[in-house]
Amino acid sequence: MNKQGNTYTFLYSVILVVVVAALLSIVSLSLQPRQNENRQNEKRQNILSAIHVSSTAANSADLFDKYIKEQFIINAKGEKVSGKAFDVNIEQQYKKPLAERELPVFVAEVDGATKYILPIYGAGLWGPIWGYISLDDNKDTVFGTFFDHQGETPGLGAEIVTPHFNEQFRNKQIFSGNKLVGIQVIKGGNATGPSEVDAISGGTITSKGVENMIKNYLTYYEPFLKQR
Amino acid sequence: MSALFSAKNREVMLNPLSKGNPVIVLVLGICSALAVTAKLEPAIVMGLSVTAVTAFSNVILSLLRNTIPTRIRIIVQLVVVAALVIIVDQLLKAYAYEVSKQLSVYVGLIITNCIIMGRIEAFALANKPWPSLLDGIGNGLGYGMILVIVAFFRELLGSGTLYGFRIIPESWYMQNGGYYLNNGLMIMPAMALILVGLIIWVHRSRNKDLIEKN
Repeated sequence: MNKQGNTYTFLYSVILVVVVAALLSIVSLSLQPRQNENRQNEKRQNILSAIHVSSTAANSADLFDKYIKEQFIINAKGEKVSGKAFDVNIEQQYKKPLAERELPVFVAEVDGATKYILPIYGAGLWGPIWGYISLDDNKDTVFGTFFDHQGETPGLGAEIVTPHFNEQFRNKQIFSGNKLVGIQVIKGGNATGPSEVDAISGGTITSKGVENMIKNYLTYYEPFLKQR
Repeated sequence: MSALFSAKNREVMLNPLSKGNPVIVLVLGICSALAVTAKLEPAIVMGLSVTAVTAFSNVILSLLRNTIPTRIRIIVQLVVVAALVIIVDQLLKAYAYEVSKQLSVYVGLIITNCIIMGRIEAFALANKPWPSLLDGIGNGLGYGMILVIVAFFRELLGSGTLYGFRIIPESWYMQNGGYYLNNGLMIMPAMALILVGLIIWVHRSRNKDLIEKN
C-alpha cells in the first residue's frame, strides 16, 4: 500500500484517533472514583478548617462526621428545602438567579457550642475566590473563616489563605445593631471597629473581593440569620 | 546487555544533562520552568511528569516512525503527546491531588512544551525505540534537574522552607521579633528567569566550548 496516498493517510488517522480515544476513556473511567473522593475530602477539609479543625485527606471523613451534626439547604427566603447540603455545588448555584438558588447550611458542634458554617463565593483580582465562614450560635459573632482562590498573586492577594489573615475574623460581628454590615476590610492597619479587619498590603483588590463575597453571601442568608 | 548501554547510547542519555541541556543550552521549555518552580515539590513532580511524557512519546513515535504518513506527521505526534499528557494529568488528580492543584494548568501545558515535540522531530523519528527512550529520559531529567535547582533557591529564599520543611527558624522573622524577611521577589516568576540566567552563566563559564565565537 502506498504510505503517502490519501486512503492510507485517512485510514491511519481514523485508527489512531479511535485507539487513543478508547484508551483515554478507560483511563478516565477507572480513575474517576478516586478523583471524586479526593475532591470530596478536600471539601470536607475546607469546611472543617472554618471551625478551626485541622484534618488530613485521610481522616477528614471521620472528623466531618464527628463535628458536623446537621446539614440542610435553605432558599433565599430562609425556608428549608430538600436535598443534601454537602452535594450542593456553590459555583453552579452562584450562576443562578437568587430566587432559585440552593443555600447550604452546615451545623457543627465544637466543645458543646453550636456553630453555623456557610459557604461563600465571589471574585478576586484574577479569578474566583471562595471559602466558608462559621458563626457562633447567636448568628452574629464570627467563629472562623476559610478562604481559597484560583489564581491570586502569590505573596499578595494569595495571602488570604494564610492563618494570619483568617485569624483576624475571629470574634468580629456581622451585625451592627439590627443591620447586617458584614466584615469590612480596611487599608493601612486602621481596623479598629467590631466589624473591621486589616487588608493585605498589595492585595487590596483581593481583600475587597473577600469583603464583597462575605457581604453578598450573608445578605443571601439574612432571613436565616435573623431567625433567632 | 553491553550493547544496550554502549558509549553512543550513554552519550544519548547523558548529553542532555549538561552540554545538550534543553533548558539552559537549547532554551526550550522556559515557560513552565518559570511557572512551577516556586516550591520544590511541584518542580519535582513536573520534572517527573515531563520525563514520563518525553520517554513514552519518544518510544511510541519511534515504533510508529516507519508507518506515519509524512503529510500528517505533526498531527500524529500531537495526538500521541496529548493522550500521554491527559493520562499523566488524570493520574496526578487521582494519586497526587494536592500537587495536581499546585501544578494546575501547567500539566495540560506539557503538550506545548517545545522539548517534547523537539525531541520527537529531531530524534525519535530517525532512531530505534531504545535509543529514543534513553534520549527521552535524558532530556526529561535534564529539564527536571534545572527545575529542581531553580526551585531549591526560590523556596529556600522565598519561603524559608525546603520541600515544605522549615529551614529558616520562625524566630528569625521580623513579625516574631527577629531580623529576617523572606525575599518576596523569589516567589515571582521574574526571579526564576534571573536564576535560569545565572545557571546559564555558571554553566557556560565551566564549559568554554559552549560560548559562541563572534
